[in-house]
Amino acid sequence: MQDVVIKTDKLTKRFGDFVATNAITLEVYKGEIFGFLGANGAGKTTAMRMLCGLSKPSSGNAVIAGYDVYRETEQIKKNIGYMSQKFSLYEDLTVLENIRFFGGIYGLTNQQIKTKSEELIARLGLEGEAKKLVGSLPLGWKQKLSFSVAVLHEPKIVFLDEPTGGVDPVTRRQFWDLIYAAAEQGVTIFVTTHYMDEAEYCNRISIMVDGKVEALDSPTQLKRNFKVSSMDEVFYQLARGAKRGD
Amino acid sequence: MHAVKLNNLTKVYGKEKSVAVDNVSLTVEKGELFGLIGPDGAGKTSIFRMLTTLLLPDGGSAIVDGYDIVKDYAYIRSTVGYMPGKFSLYPDLTVEENLSFFATVFGTTIEENYHLIKDIYIQIEKFKHRRAGKLSGGMKQKLALCCALIHKPTVLFLDEPTTGVDPVSRKEFWEMLKRLKQQGITIMVSTPYMDEATLCDRIALIDQGKILSIETPENITRSYPDKLYAVKAENMYALLKTMESYEHAASSYAFGEYAHVSFREAISEDTVKRYLQDSGLSGVELRPIDATIEDCFINLLKK
Amino acid sequence: MKQFITFVRKEFAHVLRDRKTLLILFGMPIMQILIFGFALTNEVKNSAIVVIDYAQDEASQKLISRIEASRYFEVNKLSTDHHQIEESFKAGKVKLALIFPQNFYTDLMHQNKAQIQIITDATDPNTANTLTNYVTAIIQDYQSDLNQSASLPYRIIPETKMLYNPQLKSVHGFVPGVMALVLMLVCVMMTAVSIVREKEMGTMEILLVSPFKPLLVILSKAVPYLILSLINVASILCLSVFVLDLPVNGSLLLLFAESTLFIITCLTIGIFISVRTGSQQVAMLISLMGMMLPTILFSGFMFPIENMPKVLQLVTNIVPAKWYYIIVKLIMIKGLGFSAIWKETLILASMTLFLLIVSLKNFKIRLA
Repeated sequence: MQDVVIKTDKLTKRFGDFVATNAITLEVYKGEIFGFLGANGAGKTTAMRMLCGLSKPSSGNAVIAGYDVYRETEQIKKNIGYMSQKFSLYEDLTVLENIRFFGGIYGLTNQQIKTKSEELIARLGLEGEAKKLVGSLPLGWKQKLSFSVAVLHEPKIVFLDEPTGGVDPVTRRQFWDLIYAAAEQGVTIFVTTHYMDEAEYCNRISIMVDGKVEALDSPTQLKRNFKVSSMDEVFYQLARGAKRGD
Repeated sequence: MHAVKLNNLTKVYGKEKSVAVDNVSLTVEKGELFGLIGPDGAGKTSIFRMLTTLLLPDGGSAIVDGYDIVKDYAYIRSTVGYMPGKFSLYPDLTVEENLSFFATVFGTTIEENYHLIKDIYIQIEKFKHRRAGKLSGGMKQKLALCCALIHKPTVLFLDEPTTGVDPVSRKEFWEMLKRLKQQGITIMVSTPYMDEATLCDRIALIDQGKILSIETPENITRSYPDKLYAVKAENMYALLKTMESYEHAASSYAFGEYAHVSFREAISEDTVKRYLQDSGLSGVELRPIDATIEDCFINLLKK
Repeated sequence: MKQFITFVRKEFAHVLRDRKTLLILFGMPIMQILIFGFALTNEVKNSAIVVIDYAQDEASQKLISRIEASRYFEVNKLSTDHHQIEESFKAGKVKLALIFPQNFYTDLMHQNKAQIQIITDATDPNTANTLTNYVTAIIQDYQSDLNQSASLPYRIIPETKMLYNPQLKSVHGFVPGVMALVLMLVCVMMTAVSIVREKEMGTMEILLVSPFKPLLVILSKAVPYLILSLINVASILCLSVFVLDLPVNGSLLLLFAESTLFIITCLTIGIFISVRTGSQQVAMLISLMGMMLPTILFSGFMFPIENMPKVLQLVTNIVPAKWYYIIVKLIMIKGLGFSAIWKETLILASMTLFLLIVSLKNFKIRLA
């Protein structure tokens, strides 16, 4: 039996009459790449916020990395990494300064930060850029750097919110190489994306429609269940019936 | 006459003289649906802003609808339609107010060109008293398109209209574009999504300000130089790692559930399968495939 | 023209639908008037004053004991040293000095009149004025007591000397000051922010790529704020007349005409800021730091210009609010007509013209 690192049970969030996330029940395993898909406004962001301990659920339960989302949000935050397309790094700090800052936030010792940043810079091939401002790097590099910073403190789970939007296809694949490498080391990856080919890279995916998880399986199995040849069509069949937008 | 013609168009920014658009030349025919395909930072937005007279080029020239983008900017402004990348409507005005405001600004009325936007507008008409800021992503985009169309533009410039929009809304949006094309409007659209390229009549692949290729999508994929295979195995990451160290493999990268691989020389499928199985991979599948636009783009980037 | 009207209507919709803006727009002037009108006209209690009694006679002793008895003052008696007064003033220890001349009583009895000197520290004109009024009231009290038993009326003539701020600027001057402040805030900040907001939202891009003249975009932004500001002027005047009993002595029409001129000045500054900045925060910061602060510091409304070093006095000349403040004071308080303010009006008008030319020069019909 695999280790379960994310376990939700009928996790629900209401805003007044509006049920943003409706009784989500799912399990994500250690070292798994889990794709979290849904149309705009399906409730992905709300669900992700609850899983990161940023917002309290209205009802239901969830245990993240062994901690309860109601009572142990501080522990959750220590054990997860987060990266989104919008917020990544400080553009007016250098690569090294960013690494040092985020390392410091997560309580790494100076020695740890030093070895880790050397490692990270070598892995990304950024030796020449370590002292350059992040703002001057191309988008693809920023995203890769941002991901590496998100896993700097060796979190159990990394949440990625549309990490590859607008990045060229080559860099996008290099980004996924990083994700695979992290998963290989036992880090669980929880990722949202609008690229359906990226959904295929995941071990399992869930598709949310109008606040509910309507499908949850491996990409191959989903295609088989819906009797279609691509994830695009699976998504289209499910989300076409969506009533609400964001 | 061409609807849009760029002649060595160049744009340079800042003190560092970073070249955003580098000697771009291309033509768009009347009634064509032309796609500008490339990642963020490729220079798509700069090209659009120059063509819509918002920026002055630093080199070269361009003609839109027969008029020069620098000299005849006033004419071009009254005739083209433009939808910027960001949602650019007034969030505190209602759907109807936004539409009628832009109609008036362009010296027309909603009624006059209703036939053009009808297909799209009826989808959001039931929300016409709702403020634009409260609409969903897909709805906003439809409203923005209506506003860009309301004055019956001869050329429509759409800068990344589908970025950040879910696949269902994206599909709907492209269907709307096809219908507009049938009405004879020239459309120039940019997108970072490679899979949308095949929906255009012709496309220009662009990266770092330079045009990589201009062709019909079919011709681009047909001209892919190598034989391409789709390879699959139980463990994708292990497959990619194994391929990387395979001496016969020229390139390999993940593509959906498969890895796309090309080889340095003609090689039998069995040889490859055997190699993979010997490397400890299970569930190996291998079959020749046609290249997609994305394969071509990756190939062009590697040069 | 129809386009222009549509545009203006749109601007009104923006303003009227944003509760926060509305509150700032109309709540702020009322708040400021009330704060300046009530909270700051403080009653003065137990102020330290100095008495120099050269007379040392019956009348002076009686008056001093009356003043001592009043709850407004705390009397420090200084025998005769004149020089110490100034030092005490400089140290801020006393607010007022009362000086009895020699032969105070004799003069009063024999010539039926006597002088008394009141010196105040007028850097805080409100307090100075209040204290002087209190002292004079006590002196008049004493004088009328004397007169009850006398055939010929005795007169004590207080000679008041305002130290540091002889014209006693800013007493009741806060209404013109608040008007300048509010107009500055509303016109400069709101216009700048609303234009820059269109840049930030990306709507400016669409508007530029339209047959609508870019200049009209800017002008139609100014119209609603002109109207709203005039409403503000009207409401401030109403408050001042009906709540604070401070009448408009001069021509109301002239006052509105001059206000319109100043509003246009401010709008031009707002437009200038907006063409040079790209984000709402920067526009807001420049409006506040670059415009509000000089208005408060250098218009003469809070701090008397006469007390400033010469260099700063020169600086005040380029602050438009200073001229508007003078104009409003002359019309409202002194009740003077156009002949008295044509010079200030001319200065303000040329500033506006200059700013208008500069902003039009900087105005771009393209992005960046």
